[in-house]
Amino acid sequence: MADKAIAARLVLNRIGVGALTLLIVSAVIFTITSLLPGDAAQEALGQSATAETVAALRAQYGLDKPGPVRYANWLGGLVTGNLGQSFSASMPVAELIATRLPKSLLLASVTAAVSVPIALALGILAAMARGGALDRALSLATLGMVAVPEFLVATVAVLLFAVKLRWFPALSNSLDIKDAGQFFRTYAMPVLTLCFVVIAQMARMTRAAVIDQLSASYVEMAVLKGAKPARVALRHALPNAIGPIANAVALSLSYLLGGVVIVETIFNYPGLASLMVDAVTNRDMPVVQACAMIFCFAYLLLVLVADLVAILSNPRLRHR
Amino acid sequence: MDNRKRDSLKLMLGMGAAVSAGGILTLPGSAFAQAPKRGGRVRAATSSSSTADTLDPAKGAVGGDYTRHNMLYSGLTQLDASLTPLPALAEEIRNDKATTWTFKLRKHVKFHDGSALTPADVVYSLNRHKDAATASKVKTVAEQFAEVKASGPNEVQVKLVGPNADLPVILAASHFLIVKDGVKDFTTANGTGPFKLKDFKPGVRTVVVRNENYWKPGRPYLDEVELIGIQDEPARVNALLSGDVQLIVQVDPRSTGRVNSTPGYAVLETKSGLFTDLIMRQDAAPTGNPDFVMAMKYLIDREQAKSAVFRGFAVVANDQPIPPSHRYYLAGLPQRPYDLDKAKFHLKKANVSGNVPVYATAAANGSIDMAVLMQQSAQKIGLNLAVNRVPADGYWSNHWMKHPLTFGNINPRTSADQLFTQFFKSDAPWNESGWKNEQFDQLLLAARAEPDEAKRKKMYGDMQVLVHEKCPIGIPVFISFLDGHSTRIKGLVPTPAGGWMYYTFAEHVWLDG
Repeated sequence: MADKAIAARLVLNRIGVGALTLLIVSAVIFTITSLLPGDAAQEALGQSATAETVAALRAQYGLDKPGPVRYANWLGGLVTGNLGQSFSASMPVAELIATRLPKSLLLASVTAAVSVPIALALGILAAMARGGALDRALSLATLGMVAVPEFLVATVAVLLFAVKLRWFPALSNSLDIKDAGQFFRTYAMPVLTLCFVVIAQMARMTRAAVIDQLSASYVEMAVLKGAKPARVALRHALPNAIGPIANAVALSLSYLLGGVVIVETIFNYPGLASLMVDAVTNRDMPVVQACAMIFCFAYLLLVLVADLVAILSNPRLRHR
Repeated sequence: MDNRKRDSLKLMLGMGAAVSAGGILTLPGSAFAQAPKRGGRVRAATSSSSTADTLDPAKGAVGGDYTRHNMLYSGLTQLDASLTPLPALAEEIRNDKATTWTFKLRKHVKFHDGSALTPADVVYSLNRHKDAATASKVKTVAEQFAEVKASGPNEVQVKLVGPNADLPVILAASHFLIVKDGVKDFTTANGTGPFKLKDFKPGVRTVVVRNENYWKPGRPYLDEVELIGIQDEPARVNALLSGDVQLIVQVDPRSTGRVNSTPGYAVLETKSGLFTDLIMRQDAAPTGNPDFVMAMKYLIDREQAKSAVFRGFAVVANDQPIPPSHRYYLAGLPQRPYDLDKAKFHLKKANVSGNVPVYATAAANGSIDMAVLMQQSAQKIGLNLAVNRVPADGYWSNHWMKHPLTFGNINPRTSADQLFTQFFKSDAPWNESGWKNEQFDQLLLAARAEPDEAKRKKMYGDMQVLVHEKCPIGIPVFISFLDGHSTRIKGLVPTPAGGWMYYTFAEHVWLDG
């Protein structure tokens, strides 16, 4: 039962730290975005701004109040579950997020479902064959994948599969997906591009973690007592390597949620990352803040899950 | 009434545009030789779409907004392919000394919700721009409306603070499209335009369907139009060539070969009044020196800017802002050449040496390349132009007109008066160089009040000469708009104020095959 107590303590502890982190992040984001030149009123009016219209719009947006007051208002709204009103879209922030967040989650989960098994398999294979030809080939391949920027992968994929072969559409912005075939066609290319980026990272971390364990003395013992290499790797080394692997996976997944703005731009995919970039360009503070909170929250959640997985999978931590 | 001079719009602005009995816009060109077909769906991609996308005509900021508004709403007037105004919701336009304008409204026009168009709608739509809370992009333009009122059951009268013969041109802008009286909530659109709103998600897409009760019989031809935004130019071209979209804006000159060489696709070049200009501030050194200004003007290699920077998709300009396609263009003004000797002579006279910084940005189309071209020319006469590349984000508020030597980027204006008033009048906030010229200001006011076409054209010609000779800005070329389209789209013709037939393509084009 010790594992449950540890897990409960960890979760409680993390919730407290998490709330504090969110508060600090929101204050930092608020300060930095108010340092950006121009505000929402000036951005909205652009070249045609006059002093009078800027003032009127500022009053409409509540930008005429001092910064700390605006921040306190926003925070008060957040606590009561009100994310506020978007300046540029003049609709509730919650409504904007509601159309984008499921899209981002869907893309992230499909990519994770494809990439995590492949990455783990590749990493474990490479670790088992460390120093061998397979390991070197995989190392070269994953290093190559890490080095190629995703906009290049995406653009080449579009040129090849959409423009030349016409297998898939160049855009993945379809809002009304009717069947599995259409789903596949819509998601194939963005998922392929993202897999390119995250598989390599996860596979390399997995390989390093497993190799680290394979050089430990208990593994030597297992080899000496005659266990087969696959059994040594999967039964003995892997459970001890799950902690770092889970962390690597968590990092990659948090990237999938908020860091995919290039893929969203090229495939015209209406996700959260491009919403946030839009919001920064328009100086649309409530949307920027809401997106930042979501990304930060997802990151904290993923790290927490990774730690829990590490504790629950590791016999030594579990029974301490 | 007898002693008042009244002109009908058609007489006053009779520039050879064909207006049929029903007031239907007909465009010249062979594209119309083929009978238009009804039906079909077009998906079109602009270059920018964000959560700032709006259904409020007053707030339109980018081409995507103008296109959306022109699909959903109609204006009192409409421009033809020579930018001459034609009657639209107003079927008859009279004016008294270009100061009091009377618009007789077309009968039996219905909004999308079924209600009839009334003078109250027009009065509301024009007056709301003057309210600062509307945050209208054309508030400064609307301030010339002294009074807008219903002057009869089917008539609206606009009294201006001073004469302006260009009012019908100004009212054709998408910002002045007519909305329903009293509407403040623009989460949906209720207009009199050729299409009705089906779905609108800012930053994602706009879908419109044909308005069966549109006031132009037989129009529009398309059943449905979907408007999306693809920021990245290669992604936009790829979407076109893979068949995902049928029409795109802003094809990079470098991509034109790729589009044109793909069977079934073509690029439409719209020669326009868009320009990127070199701004020399009058209140700073060394740009306040007239000889330095002349040296810079002679340093601009216009032919090379046209061929190297824009791959030929531009028209050589002559340091004045009216393009050859405009009806008030002054032909015969001698072209200022690229002349290093003259540049050197003026530079020596100005006694300028050392480093002169120039600010260029991706926000001003082609300015970085043009700055580098000028830098190379300047080296040949012993001047060191230091090119500072600054980010596009925040350029207009942080750099534009804030240093002695910067670049500006001016979109085409349909009205010569508007262009000169906004960017060249001595007291204009966007008088980029801070140029002050009394003679020019007088001509501008006189031309605005002059209803006689020939006299106006002469005055605008004189103003072009003044700007060319004295105004401290350099205009190297007029940049063409490049639209990419599937050749199945018919009826697409250039309208020199912008791409996509000045953002009105949806009601004019049809699908073939």
